[in-house]
Amino acid sequence: MAEADFRLGGLQISLRWELRQKQTPLLSAFTLLAVLATGSLCVGLAFLLLGVDPLFALGKIFLGSFGSLYGWKETLTKGIPLFLISGGLCVAYQAKFWNIGAESQLLMGAVWSTWFGLRFGESVSPGLGIPLLFLVGFLGGALWGVIPAILKVRFGMSEVISTLMLNYVAAEFVSYLIVGPWKGKSKYGYPYTEDLPKHLLLGTIPGTRIHYITLALGFVISLLLFLLLYRTKFGYEVRVVGESPEAARYAGIDYVRTAVSVMIISGGVAGMAGVGEVAGIHHHLSYPGNISAGYGFTAIITAWLGNLNPLGSLLSGLFFAGILVGGDAIQISLRLPAATVHLFNGILLFVLLLGNFFLNHRPVVHIRRR
Amino acid sequence: MAGKNFPKKIQIVRMEKISKYFQGVPANRDIDLTIRGGEILGLLGENGAGKTTLMNILYGLYRPDGGRILIDGKEVTFRSPRDAIRSGIGMVHQHFMLVQNHTVVENIVLGDGEAPFFFPQRVVERKLLQFQERYGLKVPPWAKVWQLSAGEQQRVEIVKALMQGADLLILDEPTSVLTPLEASELFSILRRMASEGHGVVIISHKLEEILDLCHRVVVLRKGEVVGEAETRAVTKEELARMMVGRSVVFSFDWKPAPKGEVVLQVEGVSVRSDRGILAVKQVDLTVHRREIVGIAGVAGNGQRELVEAITGLRKVESGRIRILGKDITNQSARVIHAEGVAHIPEERIRFGTVPNLLIYENAVLKRHHFAPFSDVLFLDYGKIKSHTEDLLEHYTVAAPSIRVPMKHLSGGNIQKLIVGREVSAGPALLLASHPTYGLDVGATEYIRKQLLKRREEGEAVLLVSEDLEEILELCDRIAVMFEGQIVGTLDREEATVERIGLLMGGVRGNG
Repeated sequence: MAEADFRLGGLQISLRWELRQKQTPLLSAFTLLAVLATGSLCVGLAFLLLGVDPLFALGKIFLGSFGSLYGWKETLTKGIPLFLISGGLCVAYQAKFWNIGAESQLLMGAVWSTWFGLRFGESVSPGLGIPLLFLVGFLGGALWGVIPAILKVRFGMSEVISTLMLNYVAAEFVSYLIVGPWKGKSKYGYPYTEDLPKHLLLGTIPGTRIHYITLALGFVISLLLFLLLYRTKFGYEVRVVGESPEAARYAGIDYVRTAVSVMIISGGVAGMAGVGEVAGIHHHLSYPGNISAGYGFTAIITAWLGNLNPLGSLLSGLFFAGILVGGDAIQISLRLPAATVHLFNGILLFVLLLGNFFLNHRPVVHIRRR
Repeated sequence: MAGKNFPKKIQIVRMEKISKYFQGVPANRDIDLTIRGGEILGLLGENGAGKTTLMNILYGLYRPDGGRILIDGKEVTFRSPRDAIRSGIGMVHQHFMLVQNHTVVENIVLGDGEAPFFFPQRVVERKLLQFQERYGLKVPPWAKVWQLSAGEQQRVEIVKALMQGADLLILDEPTSVLTPLEASELFSILRRMASEGHGVVIISHKLEEILDLCHRVVVLRKGEVVGEAETRAVTKEELARMMVGRSVVFSFDWKPAPKGEVVLQVEGVSVRSDRGILAVKQVDLTVHRREIVGIAGVAGNGQRELVEAITGLRKVESGRIRILGKDITNQSARVIHAEGVAHIPEERIRFGTVPNLLIYENAVLKRHHFAPFSDVLFLDYGKIKSHTEDLLEHYTVAAPSIRVPMKHLSGGNIQKLIVGREVSAGPALLLASHPTYGLDVGATEYIRKQLLKRREEGEAVLLVSEDLEEILELCDRIAVMFEGQIVGTLDREEATVERIGLLMGGVRGNG
């Protein structure tokens, strides 16, 4: 464990970190409070530096997202992709397969479903077409997700690098499609594809942008993934592989099969989130930055914040959707740069990781007279 | 390098009352050791005897909890290997610490403080050639390290240490990765170094090489010095007895029993180690019902690879393995388990359990995919939990509850749970690797009794252990492994500590 020695006057001080034997609920609660307090403090400091009253800004953020009916509508809308993606990431991360590429898996889901909708949409009924849309989106995300899994088990390539890099590939691919071969003729030169056929668009709750089919899918899939992880043989094997690859080998668990499966799942549900964004919000494919407001990256945080439990990540997904919406609010009302909200996300993740460390380790200080 | 022409070498290194504890467990206790310049000293002992710890202390890797080190009468404290190197002490570890993708010269430049900042390679190459001439240390300067054989890499390490000004060179198990020819080349290099006034310490468990190479030998056992001798005045048998020690007291009630049909049959099996060299060479082995067969030997002589081959964790290069007549060679671990091979693994915490999962989740590891613990898709936690409660009761595992993470259990209780888990599956063969290593007396006795019980119930047990006491107490037959081969198989009646000790040290024949 990390060790540090330093001298203070005539004293020799050594600091070590030891693994905690037990984690009491009290300690967990205290850590969570400390994390939130430290996080708010750091964010507040950042606001101060920007010349804004921190309390006012924080108030704006949370009032903007959770303080009004309009705020709630937007928060839920932005929560939909987060619910789906972070549920899938929980599965991958429990196997310690570090999928950083949910952003591109979302995009590929969007691409495939757009293709399906434009090519075959007219000839299928909504009852068949919408499920097929989601199925095709799932396949698109899953296939994109399986590439890094295969690169890892075949060639030993780090999945962190490959999933991260495939994000750029997918984003450029989408940009190419919308300015090139898929550019819509009815779009007055804008880089959009044609709209999907009307009967394939997802219905929204009146007066909102909440595409309820995807929202329901988010809840149901999170529940299913929870059951998958904690109640099935497959979930058990995923957790054993993640916690101890050696024990998994000893127990005869097939690593290749497990790695490929978790990437099919996490890539696939990210792809479904892409379907929701295309068929529920935009109705066509457009720039990657329009299709996804960095949902694939934010979901990494929400999965961790939810303790890698798909149900827990529903809550953290809602919270972070709120921050996204609140970020838009302060951008408008306080004229702060759009990146401010990313600062918020980053700081929270840092503090959270620190808190996790404290939860698992305790400091041991020795002071000796020299 | 000016001083090197008139070498003033270390005359004498004294380690006095050196003690070192790891989490309260003594690795070295009050050890006194003297090393003289111009002498080759052998440090002999089984694995875990404390040899490497002692030398790591001298090399500055560990700080001793007690005792002091004197070089030529002056007390020294080493805070890191850098201090030790500055005082003229060098060490070549068992696993080489070289950058594989760099050339030999680049690797040496890394450790050479005197090399010029710009273009140091030529200077180092010149020095390298000097050493080559002086000691016969042949290394290709511009080859990448990964292209070199183990023997060549070792020579690079030695040259590196010498260039850093090592007067005293420590080598940890230097011949474990060498071919016999490479070993004899190494010995002649070391002899030449000693004749020039260098001190050399060899850590080894091989009796013949100690007697062949060293002037003096110090024997360690369980962290203490148990013997010291001039090699001229000592025999292999005496050294073997010092190394394994104690006469065995039989405390279990062991009754002779007629052995039954063949359960495990290993025929001409060869297996490669992680490094790709043959670690198991043409091994034959049979285990019958109502029999415990022991595999004795110092760790690292192929036992681990053999066990992994039998349990499906490692590929068999050639040969056949059969369980109850059925060929299971190179089947997956899952299939072999289903054929009735249970395995108490060597590293019980890393392999046998998942520390962060709960006890009941650990209690069905390997069996989670069988009825009654699961159906096609879902696990049956009700059955899993009641099975776990049964295990805790039957195998006297002390646990606060079945709902705590496995890591909260003590080593003995972890092992009891693993034994219970493996035995309760009703296997045809129980394969136990170092099952009592590091356990307290109570747990040790309990686990040994469980192994005997398997035998009494008419089942087959293969026991791999370094603990001779355990082997002699429990086994019907004892096979001794040395350098990947079974160098002798003794029946219980003819097995003595001396005979096994000699075989473990690589001395063949019926000496």
